[in-house]
Amino acid sequence: MADATSASIAQQKIESSGALRARISGGVLIALAVLVLFVLDVAAGEVATFKLTGPRDAIQIPNLVVPGGFNMLVAALLAFLGARLFFRGGGRWATMFIGIGLGIAVLAFLVWADAGKSFNLTGMLSETMVRAVPIALGGLAGVLSERVAVVNIAIEGMLLAGAFTGALMGSLLGSWLGLVAAVAIGGMFGMMLAALVVTFRMDQIIAGVVINLFVLGLTSYVTSQVFAEHRWMNNAEVFRRIEIPVLSDIPVLGPMLFSQNIFVYGALILVGVATYYLFHTKGGLRARAVGEHPRAADTLGVDVYWTRYLHVTLAGMVAGFGGAYFTLGSVGRFDENMTNGRGFIGLAAMIFGRWHPVGALMAALIFGFADSLQQKLALLNTPIPSEFLAMAPYLATIVVVAGLIGKARPPAADGQPYVKE
Amino acid sequence: MDVELRGITKRFGPVVANDNVNLTIRGGEVLGLLGENGAGKSTMMNILSGLYSPDEGEILIDGKPVVFEGPGDGIEAGIGMVHQHFMLVPVFTVAENVVLGVEPTGRLGYLDLKKARAQVDEINKKYGLRVPADELIENLPVGIQQRVEILKVLFREADVLILDEPTAVLTPQEVEEFFGIVSALRDSGKAIVFITHKLHEILAISDRISVLRQGAITGEGDPKELDEEKLAEMMVGRHVSFAVDKAPAQPGEEMLTLDGVTVLDDADEKVLNGVSFTVRSGEILGIAGVQGNGQTELVEVITGLARQNAGKLTFAGEDISHASVRDRHFRGMAHIPEDRHRMGMVDSFNIAENMALNSYYDEAYAAPFGSINWPRVHETAAAFCVDFDVRTPSVFLPGGSLSGGNQQKMVVARELERQTRLVVASQPTRGVDVGSIEYIHKRLVESRDEGDGVLIVSSELDEIMGLSDRILVMFEGRIVAEFDNTGGKADRNQVGLAMAGATGGEAAA
Ligand SMILES: Nc1ncnc2c1ncn2[C@@H]1O[C@H](COP(=O)(O)OP(=O)(O)OP(=O)(O)O)[C@@H](O)[C@H]1O
Ligand SMILES: [Mg+2]
Repeated sequence: MADATSASIAQQKIESSGALRARISGGVLIALAVLVLFVLDVAAGEVATFKLTGPRDAIQIPNLVVPGGFNMLVAALLAFLGARLFFRGGGRWATMFIGIGLGIAVLAFLVWADAGKSFNLTGMLSETMVRAVPIALGGLAGVLSERVAVVNIAIEGMLLAGAFTGALMGSLLGSWLGLVAAVAIGGMFGMMLAALVVTFRMDQIIAGVVINLFVLGLTSYVTSQVFAEHRWMNNAEVFRRIEIPVLSDIPVLGPMLFSQNIFVYGALILVGVATYYLFHTKGGLRARAVGEHPRAADTLGVDVYWTRYLHVTLAGMVAGFGGAYFTLGSVGRFDENMTNGRGFIGLAAMIFGRWHPVGALMAALIFGFADSLQQKLALLNTPIPSEFLAMAPYLATIVVVAGLIGKARPPAADGQPYVKE
Repeated sequence: MDVELRGITKRFGPVVANDNVNLTIRGGEVLGLLGENGAGKSTMMNILSGLYSPDEGEILIDGKPVVFEGPGDGIEAGIGMVHQHFMLVPVFTVAENVVLGVEPTGRLGYLDLKKARAQVDEINKKYGLRVPADELIENLPVGIQQRVEILKVLFREADVLILDEPTAVLTPQEVEEFFGIVSALRDSGKAIVFITHKLHEILAISDRISVLRQGAITGEGDPKELDEEKLAEMMVGRHVSFAVDKAPAQPGEEMLTLDGVTVLDDADEKVLNGVSFTVRSGEILGIAGVQGNGQTELVEVITGLARQNAGKLTFAGEDISHASVRDRHFRGMAHIPEDRHRMGMVDSFNIAENMALNSYYDEAYAAPFGSINWPRVHETAAAFCVDFDVRTPSVFLPGGSLSGGNQQKMVVARELERQTRLVVASQPTRGVDVGSIEYIHKRLVESRDEGDGVLIVSSELDEIMGLSDRILVMFEGRIVAEFDNTGGKADRNQVGLAMAGATGGEAAA
């Protein structure tokens, strides 16, 4: 009985959901190819010059000169990758195709913007790193608390509290003690959030918003009422760059990674330590279990409440450190609401980074890149308004997230209070 | 090691889940624990394992009283529990799940997964469990997940193993292997508490049987002197009929027709491969098969929860291949899902809300300004509870606080107490006690007699054989055999063989 129907099935084309995704991504790449070809076209004779080393650098390497034909090449490659994805599906390579496609599209954009001019690429990359730091630390704080299933909206407030405390205590007691105080105050707000949501089972979003509003109100008040009168209380010494011998002389990478202040080094080390901790230690295993299936952890004798307190407090300390960057790592002075939403961008970085410290760092770098690109483009005088240009990397981010990352899965118990019995 | 529970009482608000219970558990013995849904079995065992603390009474280990502050203490004392609902982290590997809480570590808190793996394999070998240590839990069939739970307990060197309905999700073959493991454990001197609703299982494996009713022990016995009928009577307090009482089917028009339905999984493998069949009104069609052969996907496609990649579905003469879930629902399709927690209910909603999940938008519940007529919802839910014997003091309690079997009855009641034309029931009696199985089966037959098409998907061969008028067997995503079961004439052995993938059977032609 089944033979007749199964024969007719064999002829039908069967499309799976993976194929659909490849089709959409392929379409996007083809659209990008068209964009590069007609909008970002560079006259054949023109070249784009990227400076890689400055005049005082120990090792000099020649400038990178990209001929105008480069963008045609990019367009062709994009069209090829797009068509392949669209018609044949990418199979195992789909993700890589999309990644390469987006990467070269950004390059083409830079070449177009830089055509006929010269542009300090290394400077921009180094700037990218600096701008990524608070976002990465905010994201890392998010990872630490959401891995134990506490949604941490309060990161913004913790950053702000860290910035404020860093400036105040840094002015009174010196930068190092200011930094310690910033970390401590972050930890204190972390503990407060844990108390509200773990012990009192307050709604996690509301608890976070309450902390944010509280910190914003308090710091703004003190800034306008006290700091305005007593400038000396808001004038801390800034941490200087520390050049790492030998490594800082490497062209491009040196300035980006090895000639920065302690906040950049601190963020990189913390990301490494957190990764090791979460995925290679027993504490990390327990923490993740609490975030995924708290009852299972409980039945095995893991103390769910204690684990949540600990990690949310640690998250607060990381955010406090990140907050101190705004004052002690950059201008030495606190301004009203100076974090300006970086904590929320950090949360976005956490999601884009799939709740993984390294992922959050990478996502933060994309945001940092966007940030510094916007600044540089203003200098390059492109025909498009710079605000509009600044959107492009964010758009790219959205495509990256949708196309490259696919379904991101938060810890299963994220946001849910745990009730014993 | 001997354990004694003395005068244990536990209350949840108005509910007395355990009422002055006394129970002794001895090493080298399997104690079978039996009782209706909501009798208090799980609660009592949660107390013994340290997860709950009793309101009154004490626990004695080898004569000495102990107090457990939490499950950690229970584990310390050598008591391990396999919970009715799995306590596994789906995104962790087997080894990670097993060592959680007692991790082998190196310097700097380094998690020594290599050592964990070796330890897991050692237990694997010792008890013949054959669990892959590096596989993610979510990729494993439930039968293997069950063994991971046992591995967890053994890894902690428990002397007392509490197994709360461990066989509810196992196939007959898996149950047999599972019993082999349990016997080996008993012979090595461990004390085992075994809870199940399947009477033949409890007779086969236990050395002693205790029956719990409404929170109190009401009977004890020796399995050699008991049979299923007597056990059922001890449990429910009345005679229970095991045979499904039904007249021959009178199949009418075609209700649901599948034509060449094919579904691909994420890896583009065919999990359903050109499935075609018809359910007629007035008949019960049973789909037999070992779990994981495409039944889940089949039900999802029929009810609209997933889309087929190819093929056509027709419902009462109309094409519903691309109809939404709600549309199918309005056409009169009822769905009893296989996993009540994932798809059948909202734990935190109260019972009345859970029972209105498929009808709150109906005319009957409409109140002014688009609001819901809650008094009516509550009345109706209360009536459903009476009909289906859902044991609860109030419809205002959260659905999640019901005992496992009562949750199932809540879902079944909601789906069947509605005007339907086709009932799709997947594992309809999972975790339900014998008395309630009898009732749910009766209701399914009633649906049939009212002219509904009824599709039963079950890995419980007895259920399929007892209920169905016609049986299809699924294997590796295909229908491999068809049997006529009018008057129960299908050959149980033949069906079993087809389930195991043997070709042949009546309908291979
Ligand atoms: N956490 C809880 N909160 C409120 N009531 C509960 C809770 N857990 C159990 N109960 C109630 O206690 C009673 C006993 O439940 P229990 O889970 O022990 O039954 P059971 O014998 O295991 O039943 P089943 O066979 O259906 O699993 C039920 O009436 C149930 O509603
Ligand atoms: Mg139970």
